[in-house]
Amino acid sequence: MAKPKPDYILFDKNTQAIVYGYQTRAVQRMLDFDYICRRETPSVAAIVAPTRSNGYHKCFWGNKEILIPVYRHFEEAVAKHPNADVMINFSSHRSAYPTTLDALETDTIRTIAIIAEGVPERYARKLAAIAKQKKKWIIGPATVGAIAAGAFKIGNAAGTLENIIRCKLYRPGSVAFVSTSGGLFNELNNIISQATNGVYEGVAVGGDLYPGSTFIDHCLRYEANPNIKMIVLLGELGGTDEYAVIEAIKAGKITKPIVAWCIGTCAKLFASEVQFGHAKARARGDLETADAKNNAFREAGVIVPNSFDELRRVIRETFEDLKAKGQIPEIVEPEVPPVPEDFAVAQAKGKVRRPTNFICTISDDRGEEATYVNVPISEVVEKGYSLGDVIGLLWLKCRLPKWASEFIEMCLKIVADHGPCVSGAHNAIVTARAGKDLVSSLVSGLLTIGPRFGGAIDGAAYYFRKFCNEGKTPRQMVDEMKAAGILIPGIGHRIKSVTNPDKRVELLKNYAKNNFPQTKYLDYALKVEKITTTKRGNLILNVDGCIGVLFVDMLNSCGFKAEEIDEIIEAGTLNAIFVLGRSIGIIGHILDQKRLKTPLYRHPWDDILYAIEPARNIGEQGK
Amino acid sequence: MAQRGIREYDAKRLLAKYLKDYMQGLSYDFKAVLVTPETDWAILEKENPWLKDTKLVAKPDQLFGKRGKHGLVLVNATLDEVKSWIGEHMGKEVTIGRVSDALTCFLVEPFIPHEKEYYLAITTEREGDRIYMSAEGGIEIEEMWDKVNEAFIPILAKKEEISKIIKNAVPKEIEEKETFAQFAEVIYNFFVDYHFTYLEFNPFTIKQNLIYPLDAVARLDDTAQFECAEKWGEIEFPTPFGRKYTKEEAYIKQLDAKSGSSLKLTVLNPKGRIWTMVAGGGASVVYTDTISDLGAAQELGNYGEYSGNPTTDETYEYAKTILDLMTREKDPQGRPKILIIGGGIANFTDVAKTFDGIIKALEDYKDKLKNVNAKIYVRRGGPNYEKGLAKIKEAGRKLDLPIEVYGPETHMTRIVKLALEEK
Repeated sequence: MAKPKPDYILFDKNTQAIVYGYQTRAVQRMLDFDYICRRETPSVAAIVAPTRSNGYHKCFWGNKEILIPVYRHFEEAVAKHPNADVMINFSSHRSAYPTTLDALETDTIRTIAIIAEGVPERYARKLAAIAKQKKKWIIGPATVGAIAAGAFKIGNAAGTLENIIRCKLYRPGSVAFVSTSGGLFNELNNIISQATNGVYEGVAVGGDLYPGSTFIDHCLRYEANPNIKMIVLLGELGGTDEYAVIEAIKAGKITKPIVAWCIGTCAKLFASEVQFGHAKARARGDLETADAKNNAFREAGVIVPNSFDELRRVIRETFEDLKAKGQIPEIVEPEVPPVPEDFAVAQAKGKVRRPTNFICTISDDRGEEATYVNVPISEVVEKGYSLGDVIGLLWLKCRLPKWASEFIEMCLKIVADHGPCVSGAHNAIVTARAGKDLVSSLVSGLLTIGPRFGGAIDGAAYYFRKFCNEGKTPRQMVDEMKAAGILIPGIGHRIKSVTNPDKRVELLKNYAKNNFPQTKYLDYALKVEKITTTKRGNLILNVDGCIGVLFVDMLNSCGFKAEEIDEIIEAGTLNAIFVLGRSIGIIGHILDQKRLKTPLYRHPWDDILYAIEPARNIGEQGK
Repeated sequence: MAQRGIREYDAKRLLAKYLKDYMQGLSYDFKAVLVTPETDWAILEKENPWLKDTKLVAKPDQLFGKRGKHGLVLVNATLDEVKSWIGEHMGKEVTIGRVSDALTCFLVEPFIPHEKEYYLAITTEREGDRIYMSAEGGIEIEEMWDKVNEAFIPILAKKEEISKIIKNAVPKEIEEKETFAQFAEVIYNFFVDYHFTYLEFNPFTIKQNLIYPLDAVARLDDTAQFECAEKWGEIEFPTPFGRKYTKEEAYIKQLDAKSGSSLKLTVLNPKGRIWTMVAGGGASVVYTDTISDLGAAQELGNYGEYSGNPTTDETYEYAKTILDLMTREKDPQGRPKILIIGGGIANFTDVAKTFDGIIKALEDYKDKLKNVNAKIYVRRGGPNYEKGLAKIKEAGRKLDLPIEVYGPETHMTRIVKLALEEK
């Protein structure tokens, strides 16, 4: 358990919080603050992240890194961290109520900050009432939080580290404040740090009509705390919470000097009711106007400036007056340890640079919308880009002409499937039947694609292009390949022949003849085919070969340079056409097997020749 | 957002729905229609045959009270009388208190002859809800306030406790005491369950276990939308009477509704010389206060704020809307138009990011701003503020617009003074 502290202290240098919500930036800001305050322990004991599993979050402590435990369930975090008596609740306005209720029910959590805006008023009132019953504290809803200078800060309160340092919030001053607004909370840090010896503590109670704790709750704490010498209150139009402070002053319960101002004196200018920025900021009746409250404060003897502009001056005067009376202790300025600037921040400021580890030249997801080579996805859809066009963008980084996109799609359709017997489909089927998931099954099928299965497209493109470019005749190509002992990739079919042509090849050839500007490599390959088919009728240009040469024709016609085409082929782009297309078929087979609920496949013994010989003995045995 | 008024029609519709779902013994025969300029009487009559069979009551349903005192309630009338009465009043401008607006929405219900006029109202306070009950309701309720009984229900009160408090507070003068208490309790549960923040039936009457709310005023807590979507159904939050949204205000409202951040705009004076674009719900009020303190309220064009880390695009749209408004006309006296881009020291809003949107809008309106001789004053702090301020300064130089830029070292509202000193 935490060391007992007086009731009027909510946060000290040992206070630890459980942060509800995976708010890593806010957590880092708290830790940076802790570090410059020279706290011994981080102010964040644990993070509760309802959509994550238990683990750790890594963050900076100065220039070192530390781990903060992450829990899925709040109860577990509370049980494991009984020292934490603050919950910083970042949950949405929908779940702020139940999560805060949970925290109120615990034995260890004493203070809860509700950040969400838009918590229903009834729930906010219930939470406030339960907190009061249990003698617990709620700050918010709709708040940025609070800060105890030099000790503890809630979430994003007080903004950046530079601001915290400029406002000297790393050590306590003598002035405590309470404000409605979170934005002005930070402005008050600024004003008070300039006009006095600094902030002791500041709380933003939040802009809702029924905050969990109000001005009076905090003013009474400030009154009880001997280290606080004066109080600043910044209220606004709407609600009547300011009057409780006025009553307490009149009753002598608050005697420390208070500087108070309520914003919204302009409201009288508007004929019809205006809802200002905060939910509370609407005057229902004269009592709730800023003018009425400022006047009531004045009548109660509170120091009230004539405008917000004068706030700094009257705070300074009040403080100087106390100082003259010897009521303000001297502050020994501590040395502030430097906190290394976050890389992202320094980079944004242009102060540091770092070589990147990765390069990407095809797509960008950093803007409002992801792009494919500068074409936003919405444009891809709206302007009716075909799948071939998208492949053109992402594979070749260019907007292909229509005939080329159509050709690519035609290839994909043609290679999509070739029955269950080919090795890719077969492997995938066997894997699917072993109960593996879709991705595993797909991959096991794709892994068979290579030099023997589906790989002929690459090879055909390579060899036909090579010989053609070298100015060799088709006859020379046939002879040289034979001499080298290489079967020409893309030539030959198991069944199809000159007399029984492959319909797919016919379609491709016709399409190319009708649509391609030129088909230099196809023509070359067909001349080679003429020669090979004289040897045997089935040594025809097969579908892989045809796709291979036509792809090269396509690239050539599109104006790609010879070196670029080399690169495209070498990178495996043509093979990729087969991989992409055939994935469609393989996925089909996998889904088919899943649908059919086929059981594990076991290959029959009688289909395997068991030819096992005794193991050879190698080297000297028995050593 | 906050508490928002709903139409009398909707208040009664919700009551009928609730009573149907939860109440035994008491019921409310909900018959009512809304008539707007778009209403087709033929369809309305077909869908609501009772309109022809009963005597009717008609009155405007636009979130303002004291309709009887303004002669805006027609009672005990036939359908034809109602039609011609609404015909006469539709679109007419009326003044209620300090505000004027056109009549655009009427409620038509069956006329209920009655003797007893009861009063029931529920308000919310920090520690609980307060129920007001009286046997003497009606338009003179304020004068009869000493006859009103109050019952305070603590926010954490349990069911039995609530029943007891209400029962004990039912005024002695009420004849159907049991029924009244039962009704009051049901209404209180309705109030709680539907997240009302204000509900008043003045008057209502009881006849043989039938409840007739003759008039209703209600406000809902619209933040409970996520929980009440089904209970409320298609609920409308009409704009307050006298509050007409300009095209620009409506646009920002729509932008605000779609965004996780807050974007607000109220046009105070379209011909105004001073325009503000201030970050933060509190800071925006302070800037407006300061302008009015310095005696320039009459020249102020707008109230508005953006906060909660809006995206660059949202800030751009917001800024464009304001720049468009301020550059429409030159100041008749030839003085410069003033734009105040103000704000406190942000806790987590990325200043540079939001300024990117503003700068983009300044670029768009460069010529128009020059045309009205615009002078721009900037004050802001918070995450990334140095970069944001440097950028906007640079933009001013590049666009050749007079922009004065200040950071957190300058008092927040100092730029208002600087701007107003500019002649």
